[in-house]
Amino acid sequence: MGTKLNNAAGGTANFVDDRTSIGGFVKFFARKLFPDHWSFMLGEIALYSFVVLLLSGVFLTAFFVPSMTEVHYEGAFETMHGVSMTEAFASTLKISFEVPGGLLIRQIHHWSALLFLAAIMTHMCRVFFTGAFRKPRELNWLVGFTLMVLGLAAGFTGYSLPDDVLSGNGLRIIDGVVKSIPIIGSYTSYWLFGGEYPGGDIIPRLFTAHILLVPGLILALIAVHLFLVFLHKHTQYPGGGKTDRNVVGLPLFPVYTAKAGGFFFVVFGIIALVAAVFTINPVWNYGPYDPSPVSAGTQPDWYILFVDGALRLMPGWLFGIPMEWEIFGYTLSMNILLPALIMPGLFFGFIAMYPWIEKWATGDRGEKHVLDRPRNVPVRTGIGVATITFYVILVLEGSNDIVATLFHLSLNDLTIFFQWAIFILPPIMFWVTKRICMGLQRKDRELVLHGHETGTIVRHENGEYIEVHSPLDEQEVWLRVSHDDIAPLEVAPEYNENGVRRKGYRWDRFKQALSRFYYEERISPVTKAEYDEAQHHHGHGNAEADIQAADAKDADERLTGEWNKVEDEAK
Amino acid sequence: MHAIARRRHHKAAPLLLVLALLALITGVAAIAAPSTAAATETASADDIATGEALFAANCASCHGLDAEGQDGVAPSLVGVGAAAVDFQVGTGRMPMQASGPQAIAKKAQFTQDEIDQLAAWVSSLGAGPAVPTAEQVDASLGDAANGMEVFRTNCAMCHGSIGGGGALTQGKYAPSLLETTPTHIYEAMLTGPQSMPVFNDANITPENKRDVIAYLTAQQEGSPGGLSLGAIGPVSEGFWAWLVLLGLIIGATVWVGARSS
Repeated sequence: MGTKLNNAAGGTANFVDDRTSIGGFVKFFARKLFPDHWSFMLGEIALYSFVVLLLSGVFLTAFFVPSMTEVHYEGAFETMHGVSMTEAFASTLKISFEVPGGLLIRQIHHWSALLFLAAIMTHMCRVFFTGAFRKPRELNWLVGFTLMVLGLAAGFTGYSLPDDVLSGNGLRIIDGVVKSIPIIGSYTSYWLFGGEYPGGDIIPRLFTAHILLVPGLILALIAVHLFLVFLHKHTQYPGGGKTDRNVVGLPLFPVYTAKAGGFFFVVFGIIALVAAVFTINPVWNYGPYDPSPVSAGTQPDWYILFVDGALRLMPGWLFGIPMEWEIFGYTLSMNILLPALIMPGLFFGFIAMYPWIEKWATGDRGEKHVLDRPRNVPVRTGIGVATITFYVILVLEGSNDIVATLFHLSLNDLTIFFQWAIFILPPIMFWVTKRICMGLQRKDRELVLHGHETGTIVRHENGEYIEVHSPLDEQEVWLRVSHDDIAPLEVAPEYNENGVRRKGYRWDRFKQALSRFYYEERISPVTKAEYDEAQHHHGHGNAEADIQAADAKDADERLTGEWNKVEDEAK
Repeated sequence: MHAIARRRHHKAAPLLLVLALLALITGVAAIAAPSTAAATETASADDIATGEALFAANCASCHGLDAEGQDGVAPSLVGVGAAAVDFQVGTGRMPMQASGPQAIAKKAQFTQDEIDQLAAWVSSLGAGPAVPTAEQVDASLGDAANGMEVFRTNCAMCHGSIGGGGALTQGKYAPSLLETTPTHIYEAMLTGPQSMPVFNDANITPENKRDVIAYLTAQQEGSPGGLSLGAIGPVSEGFWAWLVLLGLIIGATVWVGARSS
C-alpha cells in the first residue's frame, strides 16, 4: 500500500515536473532558510486572517444583496417586522437569522477584519522598532504600508455594506469630509454617492470595491510583499555568528511548513472561538439606515477611530478664531479638512517616508540584514513610541464618550485634556523612551566591561568589601557589542577653496541637523580596545580575582554550613 | 464599679451583644412586617401621614419640610406626582448619596410600601403623573418593531442604539437601560428625571411608550450573536479584538516559537 501510494505520488510529481520544471522551484523554496522568532509570525497572523476573510467573504457574497431598493421586512427577526429598509439590510438580517450558520460566518468575517488590521499594525511596529525597513527593504516597507491603507479601505467599505444606522452615520461623516475638500469637494461627493447624499448608488459601488477592487489589490500586493521577503531573505535578530551576509535558521521544509500550516489553524480556530462567543456589529440593534437618528456610542470600527478622534478633538474656534472660513463666497471648513484629511495625510506620509528620513540621518548605504535591538537606536525607538502615543490619544478621543462613562469623567474635561495631550505627551514619551534606551545601553556597556553581578560580597583582610563579578560568555558579549556606532554626518563647507558656492549645501545642512538629532547624543558600544583593556585590567588582577572568587566560595560554604547547623539545632 | 468594668471586658461580651442586636432587629421586623403589608392597599390618610413622617426624616434636609425645595440644592416636589417619587426612590437615586454631576442609581433605600407612602404624600401636595398600571407597562402587549423606531428617533441619541447607555456633558450620562424595570422606564419617560427631557403622552403616546418597553425588554433578553460586550458599539469590539483575539493568538505564537527551540 505504502509503496503503491509513493509510486503514485512520485508519478504525479514527475508528470507535473516534466511539463512545468517546477521541481527546481520546490527545491528552492523547501531549502530556503528562515530565522526563528515568535515576532516573525505577526505578519503571518495578518496573512491568515486575510485567508479567513476571503473564505468567509465568499460565503457571505452568496447571500448578500447589494441593492438600495426599499423593501418591507417580513423575515424571521420579530422586532423588525414591517420596518422599511433596503435590500442590503434585509439580506444582512437574512444572513444573520435565516441562513444556517450565517450569523457565525458574518461574525467570523467581521472579527477577522478587526484582527487583520490589528495584526498588520503590530507587524508594522515590529518591523519599525527592529529596523527591518532599512536597505534593501525600503520598498517592501512601502508595499506593507500600502497593504495597511488598503486594509483600512477594505474594512471601511465592508463595514458600510449592511446599510445600517451605525455605518450610515460613518458614511455621512465621509460625505462631510469629502465635501470639505476645496473646490472639488461637493462634485466629488455627488460623483461618489450618485447625487445628493445618501443617493441610491453607494451600496452597489462599495460592494464592488469591497469584494473585487480592494481584495484584488491586496492579494496582488501580498504576492509582491512575500516575493520580496524571499528575494531579500529574512532579517535576523543579532546574536553570535549572525551577520549581514548570512541567514542563521532552519529550512522552510519541513519545520516551518508544518509550523506555519498548523499556525493557520490556530489562528482560524481562535477567530472562530471568539466569533462564536461574542457578538460583533449587531446590525439588528442599529436598525436600517435612516439619515435622521444618530445614537450614542456611534463609532467606526477601531482602525478608523483615530480619524473620528481627530474630528472630535478639533475645536470649532481656535483662540477665538472660527475654523470655518468663507473666502469669496466659498466655505472652507478647516475644522474638518485639518483633522480628517490633512492630519491623516501627514501622519501616513511620515510613516511611508520613514525609511528615507532615517537614511538621510545615517548616510549609511550598506545593506542591513541583522535587526537592531530597539535600545541601540534610542531616537528611532523614541519616535516610534511618540507616534504610538499620538495615535492612541486620537483613538481614545474617538472613544471619548465611552471613556467618560466608563471612568465617570466629564466628557468636556476629557476632550480638553486630550487637546493638550496630543501636543505635549508625544514629546514627553519620546524623551522618556530615549532616556530608557540610553540607560539600557549603559547597562549593556557595564555588563560587557565588568560582567554579571553575582551577589556575592567578599570582605578582604584589609576590611575592603568587593562584589564578585562573573564574565559574560561570548554570545552575551556579541549581542551587546555587534551593533553599529553611527556618528553625526559631517558636511563639506559651503564654499570651495575658490569661493564658489557649492550646490546642494542647504540640503546637506538639513541632513546634518537631522543626523545630529539622531546621533549627537549616543552611547557607543564597547570597542575591542576597551574590552581588551577591561579584560587586561581584570587579567592584571587575575590572581587576585581568583582569590576573590575562592574567598567568596569559601564564605558561601561557611554560611551554608552555619545555617544548616542553626536549622538542625532548631529541630 | 469594679465588677461592672470586669464584666464589660468579658470574652463573650461582643458575641452576646451581636446576638442581642440580632434578636432585637428580628423582633422589630416581625412586629413591623404585618403592619406595613396591611397598609399597601390604597393611599389612605394613614399612608399620607406615614409618608410625611418618612419624608421629614429622610428627604426634608434638602427638599424642605414642605417639599418646596431650596434654590440650588433641591427642586420643589409639588406637582411632580407619584411616578417621579416611585422612579427616583425606587431606583435608589433618592435619597442622593453625594452631590455630583447627577444622582447615581443604587440599591433602593426603602421598601416598596414606604416608597408608596412617600409617593402618596408627595402627590397629595399637587396633581402630577401617577404610577403606571401593570397593563400600561406590559411588554407582551407592545409592538417591539414600532418601539425600535420610536426609540431610535427619541432615545438612542443618549441611551445608545439598544439602551446600553452613553455620555452627556460635564460628567453627566444617560444610564444603561438593560436592567431597568418596565415601570421605571415608563416613569422616566413620563417625568423626565435629571437631564432627561419629559416625553408626555402627547409627545409619545402611552401605546408608543409600551412599544418602547417591548423593544427594550427584547434587548434585555440578550443578543442572538452571543455575549454583547456591553452593547456599546465598535469601541468595545475593537478593544476585545486587541485584547482577546490578538492576545490569544500572540500567546499562541510565543508558544509555537518556544516549542521549536
